[in-house]
Amino acid sequence: MLSIHNLHASIDEKKILKGINLEIKPGEVHAIMGPNGSGKSTLASVLAGRENYEVTEGTVEFAGKDLLELSPEERAGEGLFLAFQYPVEIPGLSTTNFIKTAVNEVRKYRGEEPLDAVAFLKLMKEKMAQTHIDQSLLSRSLNEGFSGGEKKRNEVFQMAMLQPKLAILDETDSGLDIDAIRIVANGVNKLRSKDNAVLLVTHYQRLLDYIVPDFVHVLYNGRIVKSGPKELALELEERGYDFIKNEFKVEA
Amino acid sequence: MNNLEYIKERYSKLPDVSDLNGLGVIRQKAFDALNTMGIPTTRHEEWKYTRIGSFFNKEYKYQAGQSAVTAADLASVRLPGYEQANELVYINGRYVPELSVIRSKGLTVQPLQEAASNEYRDIVAKHLGHSSNYLKDGIMALNTAFVQDGMFVHVKKGQIIEHPIYIYNITDAREANVLSQPRTLVYVGENAQVKFVETFNTLGTQESFTNRVIEIVVEKDAITEYYKIQTDASHASQVATTHIQQIGKSYTHTVTVSLNYGLVRNNLNIVLDEQYCEAHLYGIYLQQGQSHIDNHTVVDHAKPHCESNELYKGMLDDQSTGVFNGKIFVRQDAQKTNAYQSNKNVLLAEGASVNTKPQLEIFADDVKCSHGCTIGRLDEESLFYLRSRGITESTARSLLLHGFAVDILEQIKIDPIREYVDKLISERLEFDLA
Repeated sequence: MLSIHNLHASIDEKKILKGINLEIKPGEVHAIMGPNGSGKSTLASVLAGRENYEVTEGTVEFAGKDLLELSPEERAGEGLFLAFQYPVEIPGLSTTNFIKTAVNEVRKYRGEEPLDAVAFLKLMKEKMAQTHIDQSLLSRSLNEGFSGGEKKRNEVFQMAMLQPKLAILDETDSGLDIDAIRIVANGVNKLRSKDNAVLLVTHYQRLLDYIVPDFVHVLYNGRIVKSGPKELALELEERGYDFIKNEFKVEA
Repeated sequence: MNNLEYIKERYSKLPDVSDLNGLGVIRQKAFDALNTMGIPTTRHEEWKYTRIGSFFNKEYKYQAGQSAVTAADLASVRLPGYEQANELVYINGRYVPELSVIRSKGLTVQPLQEAASNEYRDIVAKHLGHSSNYLKDGIMALNTAFVQDGMFVHVKKGQIIEHPIYIYNITDAREANVLSQPRTLVYVGENAQVKFVETFNTLGTQESFTNRVIEIVVEKDAITEYYKIQTDASHASQVATTHIQQIGKSYTHTVTVSLNYGLVRNNLNIVLDEQYCEAHLYGIYLQQGQSHIDNHTVVDHAKPHCESNELYKGMLDDQSTGVFNGKIFVRQDAQKTNAYQSNKNVLLAEGASVNTKPQLEIFADDVKCSHGCTIGRLDEESLFYLRSRGITESTARSLLLHGFAVDILEQIKIDPIREYVDKLISERLEFDLA
């Protein structure tokens, strides 16, 4: 579904990603872990199409398309979703109107008819229940004045509404207490299926207690330096990132 | 003959001053002031960024006497909800009773000349021309020089006027360029409540220039809402002065909506002339093409314990230009004043610009005042957020801009008018929020 080959990216001439290779198949959950500044969020941003990053080398293929050639909205149309580390507050735009526009624009991209009011409401009610989000939050301006947990739940709700093929969760656990993490993780787990995949970007192991990955990758200094099964996350938790740093000091 | 000379000639042909129950003195003084000061140029501090001289270098017809505006023409510019509204129709600056509709009890509309001699004469004598204390320039004087064509609107003490008062300023420019100068004095009596909505429309394709003044006197315990909706064509320009004097403990709420147009200069003065007055001033402007918007506001805290709250927001695209100048006076007497002012602008194109200048002049020492202004672009991170959900860039921009305008739109408390303005803004932003 997603094939990343030798991906290099930089921001303001500073090289952040220095040759990423990653293969994700439908139904899989991958976790990318790594110390601060290793390039985790950059990878998420580059995949979603954030414009201030420049891809200098490499290819990314998503669902048979050259992902790097697509605009952010086209990527969403193809079924890619990024849950933001810091969801943006948009005054004057209710979450309901926002998500309705998003759902219908994605449908338009795919050549489908827009949902009528009844069908949209039905879908929304179903996904609200699934992600434990209530109407009062959705009537308010998008993320405005939301708590950290509410913002992240809103991200998961949007994900549920858009039903992406690949969901990238960028530090979705940051700033959340354990109850909030559980709610968010439950939301994500309910959306897992054999047809879609999840890429978790996280600094800590704790989210992986709730969303169990099939593969764990350690990102350090712009490269994936280690990959392994879910137990690798536990090892990192125990030993900290220092052992990785020491092992790969030469390249730091 | 240029416009100004032509107007002066028109002035010389006005009926004898002795017929005017005191208005003659006011108009003569104004005419003298006009002769001394002339039309303001950009050398005048208050007119630094707004040029109106060119409107006086070409030929215009003045107030064109015989107008051919029909009920059908009026129907084309009527505001939604008119079936339930009082409607005051001015054509080329003159009030037209035949096209106007007065539905509410306690609402009186009559020529200023009459009011100046009947039971309202004290009100007229006391308040007409109060705005000239604040606006000392030739364009204000020009309107006042023709004050005898003006109207008087009286809202009786204790009356709650359920039907909003729609004021239509229609310029018939089908035959020639037209200059019109509507003038109105409004008196809102004690304990009365009233809502005004004012619009401007030019018929035909010739140029129109409107120099209009409305003075509103608000008595004790009265509530006045005033909405100015400016959506005329690009060949229409105007200087529109709204002067509100709160002479008793009262509440006013104004929203100024300016969309496109040619050149617009708004003067909005609020004089808080009694203790415990409250005034809210809101504005939204969306400019495209070559249009120019200039909002000059003055809030004069003359007495203690008053509160004013001002928020103007602007969106400027293409080569449009904007000016915001917000002056707050807090007089020496006006202790415990609470005054807040903010102006926020979004520039949408390289060629668009705005000059914003908040001005506080505080002479009292126990007051709370704040002001601020921002000029920025659309937030890139917000745009990316929306786009990452599959929303195209142009729709994302529209959604963000509409969101920017929403808190001003919400201040329009007449439902059909708010929906109407929302629709106009959405159309101009080219999006449809189903």
